[in-house]
Amino acid sequence: MTALPRYEDVQPGDTLPPLTTKPISRTTLALFAGASGDQNPIHIDIDFAKQAGMPDVFAHGMLGMAYLGRLLTGWVPQTAIREFSTRFVAITQIHAVITCSGKVVEKLPDNQIKLKIQAADQHGDVKLTGQAIITLS
Amino acid sequence: MIDRSLIGHRFEPLSVDVEKGRLRAFAKATGATDQTYTDENAARAAGYAALPAPPTFLFSLDLERDDPFYFIDLMKIDLARVLHAEQHFTYGTPICAGDTITLTTAVEDIYDKKAGAMEFVILKTSAANQNGQDVGSMTRTLVVRHPQ
Repeated sequence: MTALPRYEDVQPGDTLPPLTTKPISRTTLALFAGASGDQNPIHIDIDFAKQAGMPDVFAHGMLGMAYLGRLLTGWVPQTAIREFSTRFVAITQIHAVITCSGKVVEKLPDNQIKLKIQAADQHGDVKLTGQAIITLS
Repeated sequence: MIDRSLIGHRFEPLSVDVEKGRLRAFAKATGATDQTYTDENAARAAGYAALPAPPTFLFSLDLERDDPFYFIDLMKIDLARVLHAEQHFTYGTPICAGDTITLTTAVEDIYDKKAGAMEFVILKTSAANQNGQDVGSMTRTLVVRHPQ
């Protein structure tokens, strides 16, 4: 279980402990397709992906968002998260190693803070950007 | 072009059970190391009644339909041309294993950019548990590419 930081101890510019995943394999995508229910063949069927004009299958956007969710719940208990949003800015290629990072950008009223978060691959290419609103104690 | 008269369309509500095994499978598939999401004792110690659903799991619950691509068929879109552009969640009462969640999805907007080369579909889903408590909502933005 994650302890909740105190509002007065948190300042804009503070960073979250980053999270780096294992390389995303075809098995990762198959397991995530089953567990998440997102069975779009473009993520698991190379024939379908090629027909759609892609060189290969690629990761589900929601897999990257789930990693960002782990970044958040690694820093605060999930019940502290009020809002969580992402833009899927680029396709996450197979074999990518994703690093999730985040920082506090604003202190809001009522013990709330705003975070900017992102997921990037091993080349530093940003795949997801987003933000979260967290209620601290 | 997607039929703009579908803006405001409400889909049939979906009631879905939150299964413990499914939550464990999701935790494993996403590399979760926090035992709150895999061990019921750890979940209870963290204040949950049962294993909690992680922050993006509402999206998965909505896929528990006979046809997970329900809106794509209604809108007559080619699945291969659809990309997920944005996703937003808000949170209420935690969703836990054993809950029955009712999801209500509506088409919030449909619009195009770049002279129709890209169409955007905004779907908003609200969700409540078996006690009528608000468990949060989600908004997804899909892009349909029309190469010209």
